Amino acid sequence: MSHQSQEPTPEPGPEKEPGLSEELEQEVARESGAPAGLDAGEDTADRLAHALQQTMSHPWTVAAGAILLAVLVGSVMIAFTDERVTSAAGYFFARPGDLFTALGDSIGGAYSALFRGAVFNPRADGFAAQIRPLTETFNYATPLIAAGLGVALAFRAGLLNIGGQGQMLIAASAAGWVGFGVTGLPFGVHTLLAVAAGIAGGAVWAGIAGLLKARTGAHEVIVTIMLNWIAFYLVAYLLATPGLLQAPGSSNPKAPPTPASAQLPGLLGERYNLHWGFVLALAAVVFVWWLLNRSSQGFAFRAVGENPRAARVAGIDVPWTTVKVMLVAGGLVGIAGASQVLGQVTTGFGGDIDAGIGFDAITVALLGGSNPWGVLAAGILFGAFKAGGTAMQASEGVPNDIVLVVQSLIVLFIAAPPLVRAIFRLPDPDRRRTPREARKARKEAA
Amino acid sequence: MRLELRGITKRFGALVANDHIDLTVEPGEIHCLLGENGAGKSTLMNVLYGLYEADEGEILLDDEVQHFAGPGDAMAAGIGMVHQHFMLVPVFSVAENVMLGHEPGSGGVLDVESARRQVREISERFGFHLDPDALIEDLPVGVQQRVEIIKALSRNADVLVFDEPTAVLTPQETDELMAIMRQLRDSGASIVFITHKLREVREVADRITVVRHGKVVGEASPTASDADLASLMVGRAVELTVHKDEPRYSTGLLRVSGLQVVDDAGAVVVDDVSFEVRGGEVLAVAGVQGNGQTELTEALLGLQDDVSGSITLDGEELTGRSVRKVLDRGVGFVPEDRTHDGLVGEFTIAENLMLDRSDGPPFVRSGALQLAYRDDFARSAVAEYDVRTLGIDTPVGRLSGGNQQKVVLARELKRNLRLFVAAQPTRGVDVGSIEFIHKQIVATRDAGVPVVVVSTELDEATALADRIMVMYRGRVVGIVPSTTPRDTLGLMMAGIPPVEHGGEAA
Repeated sequence: MSHQSQEPTPEPGPEKEPGLSEELEQEVARESGAPAGLDAGEDTADRLAHALQQTMSHPWTVAAGAILLAVLVGSVMIAFTDERVTSAAGYFFARPGDLFTALGDSIGGAYSALFRGAVFNPRADGFAAQIRPLTETFNYATPLIAAGLGVALAFRAGLLNIGGQGQMLIAASAAGWVGFGVTGLPFGVHTLLAVAAGIAGGAVWAGIAGLLKARTGAHEVIVTIMLNWIAFYLVAYLLATPGLLQAPGSSNPKAPPTPASAQLPGLLGERYNLHWGFVLALAAVVFVWWLLNRSSQGFAFRAVGENPRAARVAGIDVPWTTVKVMLVAGGLVGIAGASQVLGQVTTGFGGDIDAGIGFDAITVALLGGSNPWGVLAAGILFGAFKAGGTAMQASEGVPNDIVLVVQSLIVLFIAAPPLVRAIFRLPDPDRRRTPREARKARKEAA
Repeated sequence: MRLELRGITKRFGALVANDHIDLTVEPGEIHCLLGENGAGKSTLMNVLYGLYEADEGEILLDDEVQHFAGPGDAMAAGIGMVHQHFMLVPVFSVAENVMLGHEPGSGGVLDVESARRQVREISERFGFHLDPDALIEDLPVGVQQRVEIIKALSRNADVLVFDEPTAVLTPQETDELMAIMRQLRDSGASIVFITHKLREVREVADRITVVRHGKVVGEASPTASDADLASLMVGRAVELTVHKDEPRYSTGLLRVSGLQVVDDAGAVVVDDVSFEVRGGEVLAVAGVQGNGQTELTEALLGLQDDVSGSITLDGEELTGRSVRKVLDRGVGFVPEDRTHDGLVGEFTIAENLMLDRSDGPPFVRSGALQLAYRDDFARSAVAEYDVRTLGIDTPVGRLSGGNQQKVVLARELKRNLRLFVAAQPTRGVDVGSIEFIHKQIVATRDAGVPVVVVSTELDEATALADRIMVMYRGRVVGIVPSTTPRDTLGLMMAGIPPVEHGGEAA
C-alpha cells in the first residue's frame, strides 16, 4: 500500500531533503530523552550518564530510597523511645560520650534484633534453628503477597480495591466452613476444595463491587469500603450463631478448628510453621505475571486501566472487564483468606482473622509498584517487619508500634516520589533536566 | 511598536523547541509565522507572552530589552494575544469579559459602564457591531473571537499575536477576520499571525517567516506559490494535491437513514441524517467543529448509546450492536481525538497496533497473546506506514502527532475493511504525514471500500471527497459534488442550503 520510500535509517540527501534528517533527529530526541545525535562510542561519558539517569529515575530506586529514609526516621523514633538514650541525654554536657554509646546501642540493637527476628538468628543452635526466622518471614508474607496481588491487579485495571478486609473475611469463612463443615473427604481433595471455596468467596465479594460499578457507576472505593463493614458484621454474626460458623459447645464467637484433612500441610516439616500457602502465593505471582503480560484478558485489563476511552473504541467491553478484574482480584485476596484459615490459624478463627492484611495489602501493592514481582518483594519485606517486630520488642524493648511507624513512613515516602527524589537528588523520569541543571545552563548562557 | 526577538532559544530537555530564532515585526505590518504543528511557533509566542522563560535570547520593544515574568508584564508592555482556544467566561457578558483582569472602578464597586463604553468605542472603530451586554455563550464563535480582539485592544496592545485564529472559523468568518487584521494593520498595529494554512498566509501577510523544527529556515514573499511555501515548511518537496481517479464503484454500500443521536444531556446532536456511501467513493462530512459530525462517526461505530434510525452496511443492520461486533463486521475507525480515543499512550507501538484485535486470532490463541506474531506484524506495519521511531517497543505516547496517527491508520487499514470512517484524520499532523495519510485514504477508496471522512478543513474535504455532505446543528444541509464552489460550501457550513446548483438538499 505504501508508495513512499523514505526509510527512517538511510542517509537522505542532506541538500535535497534537510527536513527529513532534522525530523528524525527530533523524533529520536523525543523518544529517548537523550541529546539528539548521540553516537555510540563517540561519547562514552554521555552514554554512561544517560544509563545512570535511566537507572536512577527507575521507580525501584525510589522504593529503595523510601525504605532507607523510613529506616532513618525510624532510628530517630527508636532513640527517642529508649530510656537509656533519654537518661544519657540528661547529662550530655557532663559525659557526652554516653549519649552516643546509648544511641548506638539503642538503634543498632533494635535493627539487629529486627534482622535476627526476620532473617537469620546466629544465636540459635544449629543452622536449622538459625534460619527459622526467614521461614517465619515467608509465613507472614504469604497472605500479604496474595492479597497484595489482588489489590495490584485491580489497580492495573484502574480500580482501587480497598475491600481486601471484607474479601478476606468472606474467603476465610467460606474456606473455614468447607474445612470443618464438609467431612469424609480424603486429604488433598479436602484442602483443594477449601482453598477453592476461599477463592470463590473472595471473588464473589469483590465481584459485587465490580458489578455495582459496571452496572450503576457506583465508585468502587466507597462500595468496597462498605462491603468491608458488611462482611465484618456478617461474619461476626455467623461466628456468634450456633449452627452456622460457631464452634459447637462454645459460646465464644469463634469457629471450630480446621481438621487436618483440610489444612495446608507444612512445607519444611514439623520444625517450621511455613506451609503450602506460601507456594500458593508464589504460584499466584507467576499467574498474575502471565495474566498481565501474556494473556489477552490481561491486555484488556491493562488497556482499560490505562485508557478506558480508547479501550471502549477498540471494542473492549469496559463494564464487563471491570467485573472480571474484580472477580480475579477478589480470588487472589481469597487465597490470603484461605491461607489464614487453613495454614496459619487452624485452631478455629475469629472475626479478626484478616489481621489487618486487607489494608496492608494496599501498601504492599503500592510499594511493589503494582507489578507482581514487586508485590512479591514488598510482601516479603513487610513479612520481615512482622516477624522481626516481635523480636525487636522482646529483646530490645522497642515498642512494636515503632515497626508500624517505619512501615507507614515507607508508604508515606513512596506516595511522595518527588520528596524522595529531592532528598537523594534522583533525576525525575518525566523531567529531563533538574532545576539545578537548568539554572546552571542559564548562567552559562548569560 | 516595533517588536524584535533576538536569538530566542527554548529547550525542553533534549528537544530544542526554539533554536536561536530572530524575528522582527514592524508597525503597520502583518508578519506571518508559518510552520507545521510542533515547529515551535506556539512556544515562541508563549516566550513572547511571558508564559515561558527563554533559555537564551532577548525580546525588544522599540529597541528596549524587555523582561516578562508573566503575561501580566507582557500585556502591560503592549502585547496582546488572541488564543486559539478562547479565554472567555461563557456566562459573562461581553463587557464583563473585556474588563476581566483589570476591572475599572474604585472601592470594590465595579464600573461596568466604562467597560461598556470601551466595548462600544472599539467595536464602532472597527465595525464589529458588538452588543456589550450580550452573553458570550449566546454568541457565534467568530464573534467570540472579536471579543478576544477587543479585549487585547482595550489594554492598548500595539503588538497583536493571533495564534492559529482560523481553526474554529467558517470560511466566511475567516475572510472577515482577515479584513479585521488588515484594518488593525492600517491603524498602525504590529501583527504576528501564526498559522499553517498556506491560503491564509498568501492572502494577508506582508512578510512571511518560515519556522521548521525550531529554526527559522527562511523568509518568503507572499507571492510565493503554495508548493514553494510548503516545501520550505516541510524541508522537502511536498505533494499538495491529492491525486485520485474517477471512482470505480464496488458493490459495498453504507446506508444511513433517519439517524438520530441524543447525547447524555438529552440534546439531539444528530438530527434525521440520511445518506449513502458506495464502495469506492469518499464521502466527506464538512462543517464547523461541533455540528454533530463527531457524534455521527461515533454512532457508526456503535459508541453512542441513544441512537435511533438505521445504519446498514452491505444490507446488514449495525445499530444496536456492540462496538466489538461492528469492528468485526469490518468497520475501520480513526477517532477524532487520537490520544484519548485511539491510542493507549503508555502501551508500546506493537501493543497499540493490536489494540482492537485482542479477542482472537491471529493475535490471540487460547487466551494467550502471540507475541512473536504481534512483533512481526508491528515491524511490518511500522515499515509500511513509515512510522518514524526507534523501535516497536517505544511507548506510543512519545511519538509525534503524525507518527501516532500513522499507527492508528496502520492498525485500522491492515484489517479487512468493508467500511472506513476517519474523523479529522490529519488534525495536529505535520504536512509530510498529511500527504501520506491522504494517499492511504485514497488507496482504501480505490480498493472498493466505502469511505467516510470528517474534516473541518474545507481544503481537505474538497481534496479527498467524491461528494461532500455539509452538517449544521446536527442536520444535513446538503450533499453536493466535491467540485462545488468554496463560497457555496462556506454558506452551507453556516446553515444556508444550496439552491441554485444541482445538489440534493436534505
